[in-house]
Amino acid sequence: MSEHLHLSVALDGAGWHPAAWREDDARPADLFTAGYWVDLVRAAERGLLDLVTLEDALSLQSDDPWAPDDRTDRVRGRLDAVQVAARVAPLTRGIGLVPTAVVTHTEPFHLSKSLATLDYVSTGRAGVRVKVSTSATEYAHVGRREAPAFDRADYDSPQVQQVVRELFGEAADWVEVVRRLWDSWEDDAEIRDVATGRFVDRDKLHYIDFEGPQFSVRGPSITPRPPQGQPVVTALAHSTVPYGLVASQADLGFVTPRDAADAGAIVAEIRGLQQAAGRAAETVHVFGDLVVVLDDDPATAAARLRRLDDVAGSEYRSDARIFTGSAAQLADLLEEWSAAGLTGFRLRPATLPHDLLQVTERLVPELQRRGLFREAYEATTLRGHLGLPRPANRYATGAPVAAATTA
Amino acid sequence: MTDKPRKQIHLAAHFPGVNNTTVWSDPQAGSHIEFSSFVHLAQTAERGKFDFFFLAEGLRLREHKGRIHDLDVVGRPDTFTVLAALAAVTDRLGLTGTINSTFNEPYDVARQFATLDHLSGGRAAWNVVTSWDAFTGENFRRGGYLAQDQRYERARTFLATAQELAASWRGDEIVADKSSGVFLADADAGRFAHSDAHFDIAGRFDVPRSPQGRPVVFQAGDSDEGREFAASAADAIFTGHGTKEAGQAFYADVKGRLARYGRRPEELLVLPAATFVLGDTDAEAAELAHSVRLQQVSGATALQWLEQVWNRDLSAYDPDGPLPDVDPVVGEPSVAKGRASARAYKDPIATANEWRSLAEAKHLSIRELVVEVTARQTFVGSPATVAATIDDLVQSDASDGFILVPHITPTGLDPFVDSVVPLLQERGVFRTEYEGETLRDHLGLAPLPAGAR
Repeated sequence: MSEHLHLSVALDGAGWHPAAWREDDARPADLFTAGYWVDLVRAAERGLLDLVTLEDALSLQSDDPWAPDDRTDRVRGRLDAVQVAARVAPLTRGIGLVPTAVVTHTEPFHLSKSLATLDYVSTGRAGVRVKVSTSATEYAHVGRREAPAFDRADYDSPQVQQVVRELFGEAADWVEVVRRLWDSWEDDAEIRDVATGRFVDRDKLHYIDFEGPQFSVRGPSITPRPPQGQPVVTALAHSTVPYGLVASQADLGFVTPRDAADAGAIVAEIRGLQQAAGRAAETVHVFGDLVVVLDDDPATAAARLRRLDDVAGSEYRSDARIFTGSAAQLADLLEEWSAAGLTGFRLRPATLPHDLLQVTERLVPELQRRGLFREAYEATTLRGHLGLPRPANRYATGAPVAAATTA
Repeated sequence: MTDKPRKQIHLAAHFPGVNNTTVWSDPQAGSHIEFSSFVHLAQTAERGKFDFFFLAEGLRLREHKGRIHDLDVVGRPDTFTVLAALAAVTDRLGLTGTINSTFNEPYDVARQFATLDHLSGGRAAWNVVTSWDAFTGENFRRGGYLAQDQRYERARTFLATAQELAASWRGDEIVADKSSGVFLADADAGRFAHSDAHFDIAGRFDVPRSPQGRPVVFQAGDSDEGREFAASAADAIFTGHGTKEAGQAFYADVKGRLARYGRRPEELLVLPAATFVLGDTDAEAAELAHSVRLQQVSGATALQWLEQVWNRDLSAYDPDGPLPDVDPVVGEPSVAKGRASARAYKDPIATANEWRSLAEAKHLSIRELVVEVTARQTFVGSPATVAATIDDLVQSDASDGFILVPHITPTGLDPFVDSVVPLLQERGVFRTEYEGETLRDHLGLAPLPAGAR
């Protein structure tokens, strides 16, 4: 159903608006319980969404993206996103689970096996959103390396751009290692041959021998190849360097266009980079991110956002466009933006559960009426929902070279 | 002795691992990686009212003579991820993960355990291990090598640092009062600063205090340093000892070390790992145990075992023939990599001579000798015999309970839960229902006061 669009929701705390936790239906005291996340992901699954993403970081939230703010009137504190996804997995059946992983401070060997395990416990619904860390706070928490000298006032300077290129280069290496490790076991490596006493055919286990400026990894993984072969790799991108990461290494990029024309320009840029990376024949999804404030009556939604801003004490700003209105109006906008080349959307509910339920109970039926969204899950894996084939193993003898996901 | 109250036994289920004790060749043996196997064992343990589920870890596939070791189970899931998923399909069972202090950072490990403790409602435990080999280090950013004198030091410091992070939240900071708009009562919640030879970190920890305050801590080492580490910082130690007398000596030794850290004997549990074979009668169990040993030690496995001790290629020898006449190569292990057992035979020449005499005296082939000298099942007998043996070992202070390692995945624990557990319950030495919510409750450990490490 190529005319269908893909729909996902980004879960974070009590919602994306800083005052979300003070809404009547908010459950701020439950944020650190499993039940809270199970309820939200099950709600998203009832809406047949492709996937949910789970935000994460190695530091407390801050209104200031560059430094801690030590505020006490906002949600602060969080749980590890991969584990939240794993905790939810056995209690859901269809929806894709895409936790965030901070690549700058983590071991690709550990994350490769934890994402493979997420794929096992969800029987093929795992993905990951890779995230680069530039916050000096996080470097100080981990203590393994010096934070890059980052003059935030001068983001476009050559020095800062060089740092950005290095960080995203490391992220690309991180994904490359994780992908190689997923392939380091061929699917039929486990043979249990009683006659010869061999549990595995070791010719089907492969060293990955990656060497890069930040790390080298020998392999193979300790975890066999996961059900999807390659879980889905995603990244949020706002500019050319991260677009390159999406184009060269990801299956799905999240982008933040201002309008349909901007969406078209971003998609064109990513497609160009994809071609340059030798991946023109592969499916790389590009989803538009939107913060959503939804009510049946658009005026109610607008008033609600004003009220939330009043409670928060300042106007909410976001890297993504903030949409305020009805589900039908949002459906119009999604149609317009998908005509510009986006293949799907990641909606960031301003408040939870209200705006999530507006998506699943209002937007989804509206899109279904328009013939733009699935009536039931048609696949059992996340790759299946996204129309991505199960990839051949790059190390398997006889595997077609073109099927390898990266050069 | 008669007036002494009977101790309550603690039991745990160890997911069968990658040693040759795990019999993958049995027709009943299931997957070692599908989640359904983990669910089956965990739910069986919970049906048996066990204290906890236990997962070991190895961060590089083992090698033998420069190639991946293929005779035993190969492959395992990620510890935190599978334990978090198991929290969804169990209610009370403790969830113990083995996590290395060399190939991780304290901030990450502290937040992983705090997360697991939150997501399981207070059931997380950490078996702290330390390794140092460059072989495993080849899979990680920091590499592996640690100088001998730094190994326990780093583990100790790592654990202390992680505990400091867990204790950086007292537990009363989150107010989440919608009307006043106060989410956090303390703008400094999670503040930490730690600086020593191994770690130099500072900031604010981002996971609020978990239900148990911090994970229950396990320690496995048997060396003097390991025992001291356990006495100073662990809640349980799971080193095993072959005989009742050796177990009692170990028990007395580690419990005796607690006072100097201001701790009482019941604050450190001794929980050795144990294997078992059950039969309708003792004789039937003994017969079964022998056939399990033969499944565990194939001819190829026997030769490889010998090669680990001999530290040289012995592929020309027949496993059903006599022991090699050549002597072991003394020095750094070159044959077997990624396993602790290669270091267990400190004087390989003496071991070889001893085994040759034993084989000669009893007319044993290589395979028969390895069956004879490598670990036998701890408990072999009818359910009544095994229940009585376990009870006796616990009541006579050889242990506080056992971590049971089935040899069949995932159903190997079923007969124990069905036949031995009810007998222990009849004896009044094992719970019939969970009495508490958290793993600390199950283990009889007092709740930690806020801010305590």
